[in-house]
Amino acid sequence: MSDTPYRYRVRHLTRYVYGGEVVHSHQVLRLSPRAMPHQTTVSHEVVVTPQPAFRVDGQDAFGNPVTRLQIDLPHDSLSVDSHMDVTVYARPARDAADSLPWNQVAEQLVYAPHALDAEDLEARRYRSESPYVRVKQEFSRYAASCFTPGRPVLAAAEALMHKIFADFTYAPGVTQIATPLLEVLRGRRGVCQDYAHVMIACLRSQGLAARYVSGYLRTLPREGEPRSDLVGADASHAWVAVYAPPFGWVALDPTNDLRVGRDHVTIAWGRDFGDVSPLRGVILGGGEHELSVNVSVQPLLHKA
Amino acid sequence: MAKRAEQTRDRRWLSAYAADPGRYDELLATDGKVRPHWEPLVSRLLAEGADTTRRSVELARRLVVENGVTYNVYADPQGRDRPWALDPLPLLLSGSEWRQIEAGVLQRASLLNSVLADLYGPQELIADGSIPPELVFGHPNYLWPCRGTRPRDGTWLHLYAVDLARGPDGRWWVLGDRTQAPSGPGYALENRQIVSRVYPEVAKDLGVRAIGGFFAGLRASLLANSESADVALAVVLTPGPFNETYFEHAYLARHLGLPLVEGNDLTVRGDTVYLKTLAGLRRVHAILRRLDDDYCDPVELRADSALGVPGLLGVVRAGRVVLANALGSGVIESAALLGFLPGVAERMLGEKLALPSVATWWCGEQPALDYVVEHLDSLVIKGAFPNQRFEPVFAGDLSATEREVLAQRLRARPYAYVAQERVQFSQAPSWRGGSASLGARSVGMRAYAIATPQGYKVMPGGMARIASDAAVDVVSSQRGGGSKDIWVLSGNAQNDEDQDEQPLAVLTVPRDELPSSLVENLFWLGRYAERCEDKTRLLRATFAVRPDPGIWKPALASCRSLGLLDEVKEPSESLFDAEQALGLAADLGRLAWAATRSRSRLSAEHWRSLNVLQRQFHEADAARTDPRETLDRLLLGIAAFAGFTLDDMTQDDGWRLLMLGRQLERIQFLSSLLAQRLAGGRRLLRGELDWLLDVGGSTITYRTRYMAAPRLTPTVQLLVFDESNPRALAFHWRGVQRTLSKLSVSLGGGGEDVLVDALRVLFAADLLPLDQTNAAGTRARANFAEALVNLNFEAGRLCDRLSMRHFSHTGMDVRTVAA
Repeated sequence: MSDTPYRYRVRHLTRYVYGGEVVHSHQVLRLSPRAMPHQTTVSHEVVVTPQPAFRVDGQDAFGNPVTRLQIDLPHDSLSVDSHMDVTVYARPARDAADSLPWNQVAEQLVYAPHALDAEDLEARRYRSESPYVRVKQEFSRYAASCFTPGRPVLAAAEALMHKIFADFTYAPGVTQIATPLLEVLRGRRGVCQDYAHVMIACLRSQGLAARYVSGYLRTLPREGEPRSDLVGADASHAWVAVYAPPFGWVALDPTNDLRVGRDHVTIAWGRDFGDVSPLRGVILGGGEHELSVNVSVQPLLHKA
Repeated sequence: MAKRAEQTRDRRWLSAYAADPGRYDELLATDGKVRPHWEPLVSRLLAEGADTTRRSVELARRLVVENGVTYNVYADPQGRDRPWALDPLPLLLSGSEWRQIEAGVLQRASLLNSVLADLYGPQELIADGSIPPELVFGHPNYLWPCRGTRPRDGTWLHLYAVDLARGPDGRWWVLGDRTQAPSGPGYALENRQIVSRVYPEVAKDLGVRAIGGFFAGLRASLLANSESADVALAVVLTPGPFNETYFEHAYLARHLGLPLVEGNDLTVRGDTVYLKTLAGLRRVHAILRRLDDDYCDPVELRADSALGVPGLLGVVRAGRVVLANALGSGVIESAALLGFLPGVAERMLGEKLALPSVATWWCGEQPALDYVVEHLDSLVIKGAFPNQRFEPVFAGDLSATEREVLAQRLRARPYAYVAQERVQFSQAPSWRGGSASLGARSVGMRAYAIATPQGYKVMPGGMARIASDAAVDVVSSQRGGGSKDIWVLSGNAQNDEDQDEQPLAVLTVPRDELPSSLVENLFWLGRYAERCEDKTRLLRATFAVRPDPGIWKPALASCRSLGLLDEVKEPSESLFDAEQALGLAADLGRLAWAATRSRSRLSAEHWRSLNVLQRQFHEADAARTDPRETLDRLLLGIAAFAGFTLDDMTQDDGWRLLMLGRQLERIQFLSSLLAQRLAGGRRLLRGELDWLLDVGGSTITYRTRYMAAPRLTPTVQLLVFDESNPRALAFHWRGVQRTLSKLSVSLGGGGEDVLVDALRVLFAADLLPLDQTNAAGTRARANFAEALVNLNFEAGRLCDRLSMRHFSHTGMDVRTVAA
């Protein structure tokens, strides 16, 4: 019973209303569900109004589906309406104690002049500093208590997740994407993005590899289940994946203090938020704008 | 015997120059004799004598200053225009020695090109352990969005530069690679042109290899792969005049015959990038960029960049534009890579590196870190990544405590640091500032290579950089110091090796791609040139009437109400006050600014004439010269500058916009000045009319025509309506009409007629009563003043229409948004 796949209907509506006319607009969309062993896409569509003059679908350097478009007629609003039906399967159960000692993993990720297998090479892409995640000593000090020598890497990462969850207060509006991460660490408040960035900085400061994952979280309780109190469900959500051999990547949600399972729909991953922002663009003109984002994640009764 | 005597003379002449036993000496062999390849130049200089040498040094200095060659050091309190030093004595390299350097540079360029292709493609060099992943994935210039892109011709590096220095053993060592947007080839060219003027004939007689062909090759290489070479368009992309090497961008662009553009001159539509020109959008096939790659596209790269071209990466991905160098190429500039390149060369080419690099340790490997910490004293420590903002440190110069702090830093983040052996650079002779004696300066060189369809080619020359003083061996323009031309001797006077080089002018077909922003700058250049002239005339005429209080008072009031002079300050001081927003000093600054932005269109003499007048004005300010004398001289300078506008510039649409700027400015100035004097029907004193004619530059014309003391009606006739008077309003509105009709792109919507109504009102005015003292006279003057105000207003509207139609709308907000 606990392995039943779940199906979701997700709608992610982004709407800009501009104060003046936008003459030309370039947008990059990362709104399509990413295909993975434990996630399949049943259907997906993005409707953009006004009609783009140019549109290219492709994959970014991290393997995420990406859509690039241009609108070249004057317009005073933009709506990007993404719909998808997705099936999420249970991930294999992993006993944290069976993962390799974290210091051994960190050592394995340090350069040595010999060949790497594909998995190790992939891990190294997520081990260095990135624009939103500078690796500073304060992060390694903060995380130190979780990383006792010889502790299995997944156990240490989960201990770190518990610590962040316990220390931090979920507080929308306190931080922005531009808020320096050290300030977030000192203030102990923020949203899912901040929880994820702090955790990634801590992991990388220990020499481990960590990804930033974006997606959605189930909003409404399943039938017959009590109402969930998951945080971050009314917008796009973000969490972390840590490289934990021999299991490979294991996804952890520090905002809700749990391992990622069938409640999460995965869209994209990268080194940090900058690599995966759902909608990023440059407009010419437009003046002040108002932005509204609505996300709903509805469980479907369908049994896959 | 004769030989011996000559050598004695040699010794005396060189007495001030001493070899340093710890260094290689470029001029003297170990036995103290002049090296054979220097001999011909040395004997020439001997024959010249000290006076000629002094004159040569002075000539070089003056040419540098007058050409406005600048190396702008950021945060330099001296501002944007610090002359950059050129030592006219070249660095000589023999042909055989050069061939070795050349082979090494060629090998390195193609190796690094392959490294880039791998790092942005399969990453095999990382997978097999040849290059540490930390150096790539931890480098801020590894641009992830570029991974998977492939330049349309497979070339990542179109222009490559390498910094070299010669060690005590006489070998050349690589200090670092420049792959992002190498600076300096334009300076090398400028150096060559100046030094060739200082030592005419010498270069030819010595068989110095020409470097012009290198630039022709660069231009050809950019467009080599365009599907339609005949209409293909390449541009030089600059971050703009605030950049430290902007001069070079403008210089290169002009020499290559390519438009110099900023990000907002380009626009991406679909999968194509276009230049916004006066005639509409023109497809761009190649971009020689002097803008760092992460700033090139705010949509996919740095979002905070206002300098880039939104969507450019999409065009690259579609293979529709050649970027030189390709986006992402900065990642291999890290010094940390140097130690790994020998292995990479073996792995990729099966060859040894022909040019060794200075011994380099990347601290990310434990044994390297241990070695570095132990041998700190003899090493230079550098950051591995440019965003560390870590200045190179000579650890030997530090105190024990500082060294310990440094060691702790290395241990905390070893992967972020590199250590290099401290090399004793070779030394070369250099003219001591101002005198004709020789001094020794440590010297390094930057060599350049370009990709051509036949493979890489190396510039037979380059830029040598010398330290600012004899004891210093860090050679960097950012830290002062200077540069030298490099003469590669071919061994014969005929220059056989460079025969395939054609003068660039033959290859450069003039075209009519005028970037909209350039047109805009030319328009403002015209306006400010005219504005400076008008204000100079107004001030000069005003200071001239100072002895006559009755005239001085209203004249001064005019200057003050037009904002030229401060309301309370002493006028002769306020004249030089750059803080006076509408004053002459401030407008001269704006003129210089507009000229800087239009520089790619100004001839060297044209540009120099501006520098001369600016300098004179500032010298007059410093010397507190009499205002009238200063303004007299300034007026001559401005007239010279205006003369070049007529004689030296191609008369295309850009020039027409410049002329429109002048004409409209003139109309606005005269109409506002006259309106202000006549407002409310005021009567003008006779002396005021003299003053007005002087301001209007029409005193002589009036005298020859009317041979009588001035009266208002004929004065107005002459200043406003007389089409044969080149200083009259009428002359200029005819000019406006003529220029508008010649513009290849019409304003549309009857825009050309915009002044007509205002002129009709003016023409309808009854001029006869203007001199009358009765109420009819007052009314006539007041009405005429209003008609002038109206004309001024309409001329302003025409300016707005021009800018709407022809300019690039750079004022429009470009913003990055994310949700």
